[in-house]
Amino acid sequence: MNCKSIVREISNYLEEAMEPSLKTSIEKHLENCEDCRVVVDTTRQTIQIFCNSEPAPLPEDTRVRLRDALFKHLNKLRTGPRA
Amino acid sequence: MLLWYGTDMSASKLNPLQPRTPLPSQVVKDDEGSLVAAAKAGDIDAFETLVGRYERKIFRLAQNITQNKEDAEDVMQEAFLKSYQHLSEFQGNSRFYTWLVRIAVNQALMKLRKRRPNQVSLDEEVDTGEDTMPREVEDWGPSPEERYKQAELGTILSSTIAELEPPFRIVFQLRDIEELSTEETAEALGLSIPAVKSRLLRARLKLRQKLNRYFKQGENS
Repeated sequence: MNCKSIVREISNYLEEAMEPSLKTSIEKHLENCEDCRVVVDTTRQTIQIFCNSEPAPLPEDTRVRLRDALFKHLNKLRTGPRA
Repeated sequence: MLLWYGTDMSASKLNPLQPRTPLPSQVVKDDEGSLVAAAKAGDIDAFETLVGRYERKIFRLAQNITQNKEDAEDVMQEAFLKSYQHLSEFQGNSRFYTWLVRIAVNQALMKLRKRRPNQVSLDEEVDTGEDTMPREVEDWGPSPEERYKQAELGTILSSTIAELEPPFRIVFQLRDIEELSTEETAEALGLSIPAVKSRLLRARLKLRQKLNRYFKQGENS
């Protein structure tokens, strides 16, 4: 297991989608390779920072236009076409 | 620059030798099923509750894919209208939110292809090679995002993801922001599972590299 292989396996490692023997080899490498530890750690942080991010509130004018469009549509459905 | 992100990093406990702790879903609440059932039965208030719950996320998703505010607004409206029109077809085999995301992604891709017809092809071969090998290796410390105010962090994240090419940006958006599974992402985008995985790996490594300039220790602290 070298540094290049660690990079190739980062996603699988972080998602724990790998054979236990491969995971053990990776962890053995990580114990002895500070650079790879940092890369794995910062990749995990990257995912978590995005994953934990909350979307900002909708701009008010956008929200109003969405409600208007939905209201118009739902109202049309509610009243239905008159025969 | 529009701001699409805030953050709550209380769940972050980072240690490369520890498995990633599954994050609690930030989106799906226990009552989603009953709201969907009520909406299907004609309860418009229930549908409006679902809209209120997901509108911010759907708008951010659309914004991140299209990179255009007007398109994102259209996409959001179309996604909610379509989801209501086709609610009877929703079988409950996936989360409602996942189904809604797929509708929104389809709408967003149509917009994107219309604007950039020669640039957006998700299924063509992409180079996932050597340029993603980490060049800068610097520790970020335990909670690098806390060095920034929420609005500032929002700007960093939205501008960083905007720098990725669409095939990588969209896969990352679905897998790591919307938390779709690899299989759901592959199905939504018409990609093979290996293609999703290779794009995701490259997207993660590229974003790591781009965020490094903001989060490396000793900088901006």
